[in-house]
Amino acid sequence: MKANYGYKDGSGEYFITIDTDKCNCCEECVKVCPAGVLEMVANDFDIEADDMPAVTEKERWKIKYTCAPCKPVDKESTPPCMEACKEDAIEHSW
Amino acid sequence: MEKKESEYWRWKEYAWKAPELNWEDFEIITAGVDIGSVSSQAVIMGDGELYAYANMRTGSDSPESARNAMDWALKDTGMSLDKIRYVVGTGYGRVNVPFANKAITEIACHARGANWMYGPSVRTVLDMGGQDCKAIRCDERGKVTAFLMNDKCAAGTGRGMEVFADLLGVHIQDIGELSFDIDEEPPEVSSTCVVFAKAEASQLLREGWPKNKVIAAYCAAMAHRVFTLIERLGMEKEFAITGGIAKNVGVVKRIERELKIEALKTEKDTQIAGAVGGALFGKTLVEKGKG
Repeated sequence: MKANYGYKDGSGEYFITIDTDKCNCCEECVKVCPAGVLEMVANDFDIEADDMPAVTEKERWKIKYTCAPCKPVDKESTPPCMEACKEDAIEHSW
Repeated sequence: MEKKESEYWRWKEYAWKAPELNWEDFEIITAGVDIGSVSSQAVIMGDGELYAYANMRTGSDSPESARNAMDWALKDTGMSLDKIRYVVGTGYGRVNVPFANKAITEIACHARGANWMYGPSVRTVLDMGGQDCKAIRCDERGKVTAFLMNDKCAAGTGRGMEVFADLLGVHIQDIGELSFDIDEEPPEVSSTCVVFAKAEASQLLREGWPKNKVIAAYCAAMAHRVFTLIERLGMEKEFAITGGIAKNVGVVKRIERELKIEALKTEKDTQIAGAVGGALFGKTLVEKGKG
């Protein structure tokens, strides 16, 4: 499942996508995020599955700002949450 | 001063019970309670069949809203709450349903509910609620495969429609039909933000736009806003809408026009989809021995 958290406003689209089919629930992304944007939550979509990472409700509508300090200035480097994910399960839309 | 004759925004609150069914015939009775930002529903299902429900406004106190909705749904059934094996809470107030066995996100519940309401061919669900709008993709069992929630603000949602009904003095259930009673489709209002759109509508009315034209412009703006959600998530046939706005033909037809696809229709109340999904999850949990 692809879970999209975020919003769209006049300045652009700000979504963090977590692909739960790729995610191995290792929690690394949660640990490396310096702003506490991610947390592990119960997977309501698959009762059998382990807890999955999600963007916290508090941050969902302001990730443009919260994630800004991690945004690389060059195209090659990636934010820590994406860097930490061995399964390539996290994507940022901006 | 004369008293204002009507609360235009107010939609009908009601309870329903399946006339031919008796709760004593059921093996597993489960319930879903959907406490939304604007409306609350309690749905009781017996062996996966719809038995009784109530649909009402959410009060300022979530636990009390949950209790009221459940009491109303139970009222004419002759059964009591303790006969219900499993209760799932969902919606904004899902953690505030005091008698719930489990809280499940409304995204999962709406997909499951839409699967029940519109049949297994549904792949894309748009839940247009009181305060936000979610685009959901699901498989033939109603299991979510992708979702997108846009919870930045209440733009283009049920509460916005209520504000408009009040501003224009049009009963909320008539808005859809009236929005087609126009000479030509007007340009969209540029804003779907409830506060800004209301200001913009007042301006248009002062400029001499007829009421219906303003309604049409707002319905179109709302349709366009949710179209961009679906556009981002990707569209797969069949398509269905749940939530209160699914009853507003003015918005639904304009969404269909933008997506170039017809939405599935139902005789059932589209507002109960989330609570139905909750009750069905409850049944699954009981059967799996987790209840």
